[in-house]
Amino acid sequence: MNGFMTILRRDLHLAIRQSIDSMTVVMFFVLVVIIFPFGVGPEPNILARIASGVIWVAALLASTLSLERLFQIDYEDGSLELLSLSSVALEVIVLAKVTAHWLTTGLPLIIIAPLLAILLNMNKEGFLVLILALVVGTPSLSLIGAVGAALILGARRGGVLLALIILPLYLPVLIFGVSAVDAIMNGFEAKAQLLILGAFLLAALPLCTWAATTSIKQAIE
Amino acid sequence: MNIFSAENLICVRGGRTVFTGLDFTLKAGGALVLVGPNGSGKSSLLRLMAGLLKPASGILRWGAEKISEDPEGHGGRLHYVGHHDAIKPVLSVEENVSFWASLMNGGSGDGKATLAALNTLGIGHLEKIPGRFLSAGQKRRVNLARILSTPAPLWLLDEPTTALDRETITSLETAITRHRAGGGMVVISTHSDMQLARHQVIDLAGFAETRPMLEHAL
Repeated sequence: MNGFMTILRRDLHLAIRQSIDSMTVVMFFVLVVIIFPFGVGPEPNILARIASGVIWVAALLASTLSLERLFQIDYEDGSLELLSLSSVALEVIVLAKVTAHWLTTGLPLIIIAPLLAILLNMNKEGFLVLILALVVGTPSLSLIGAVGAALILGARRGGVLLALIILPLYLPVLIFGVSAVDAIMNGFEAKAQLLILGAFLLAALPLCTWAATTSIKQAIE
Repeated sequence: MNIFSAENLICVRGGRTVFTGLDFTLKAGGALVLVGPNGSGKSSLLRLMAGLLKPASGILRWGAEKISEDPEGHGGRLHYVGHHDAIKPVLSVEENVSFWASLMNGGSGDGKATLAALNTLGIGHLEKIPGRFLSAGQKRRVNLARILSTPAPLWLLDEPTTALDRETITSLETAITRHRAGGGMVVISTHSDMQLARHQVIDLAGFAETRPMLEHAL
C-alpha cells in the first residue's frame, strides 16, 4: 500500500508540474463537443438527442490522447525498469499509475461534462445519470487504455497504434454509457446500464492490470 | 554470509547467442568486473543478474534461493544503474533521489541520507535544481546518488563512469570500497580503468559461442 501511495503521489506531482498536459486533454474534450453543433446544425431537439453520445465519444477520444504517455516516458528515461526492480509488485505500480491518470484526466472531464451538456441542450434529468455513468465508466477507460499503452511500448508512432488497439475495446463502455442517459431521457430507469458499467469496471480491474503488467514485462526485456 | 552465484548461464538476444556456459560466484564484500568488446553481453549479463532478463538456460542464486522464484524480493536487495538515468526533468534533484529512496524504504524518504549522498558525489549545491537543467555528467551523479541514499547488498553498475569526471570517479571508487567493507557486493562493467581492490574479472569475449552459425551464414 505504501508503494502504491508513493507512486501515486509522484505521478500526481509530475502531472501538476506539467499541468499543460492535462489541460490539453480537457481543452481537446471541450473543443470536440463544441464542434458538433457546427456540423449538425443548431436545432435544439437534435442536439438534445445526440448530447450524451457526443460527450461520451469526445471523452473516449480525449482519453486516447493522453494514454500514450502513461508508460512511454517512464519507459524511455529508464524509470520503468527501475520501478519494476523495486520491491513493489508491478501490478501495484500499474494500478497506481492508472489511478493517477484517471485523477488527472478522467476526473476533470467529469467535472466539465455538465457544462457541455447544457451547451448541447441536454434535459436536466439526464445530468445526474450522465455524471454517474462517467464516474463508473471512465475508470474502465483508463484501465483498458493502460493495456494499449503498455502494448505500444517500444513502437514508433505509438499514438495512432494505441487508438487502433483500444478504441474498439471502448465500445461496450460507450454503448452502456450512452444508453444509461437515453433511458432516463425516455422515462425509463438507468439502473441496469449503470450496474453493467460497474460490472465492466470490476472485470477490467484485475484483467487489465494483469494484461498491462504482462506486456510491460515483455517490453522491458 | 550472502553468496550471489550463477551456473551455466546462456543468454540469447534476438535469435543470437550472446554468451554460453557462464558461471560466477560472488561472496559478500566481493567485486566482479565485466570486460569485453562491444556487444559481448556485459549489459545483458547485468540485466540477467537484476532479473530484468530471463536466461535462456541456467540458474542464478542468492544463497540457496533461486532469484526467479522471488523476483520482487531480489529487486528489493539490489541497486541497478543502467544506460538511462531515470531523471524526471520537472522534479528537483532532491525530489528525484528521495522518490527512489522512499520507494525502496516503503514510504519514508530520509532527507538527511539523500543530502549526504548528493554531497558525496559533489552535487549537494544542486539540490533544488530541476532535472532538465542538468548536464549528462550531473544526471549520472544524481543516478549514483540514488543508490548511495539507501542501502542494498548488491550493486549492479553498467558503465557507471560514463560522462563522469576523474574526481567523481574517485568518489565512486571510495563509495564502492565503503559499500564492500560493509559486506556489500558489486558487479560493474567498464571500459575505463577503475581502481578496485581484490576484484574478480570476467572477460565475456571468452564465453561467446564458438560453433559456426550456419543459419546466419545462409
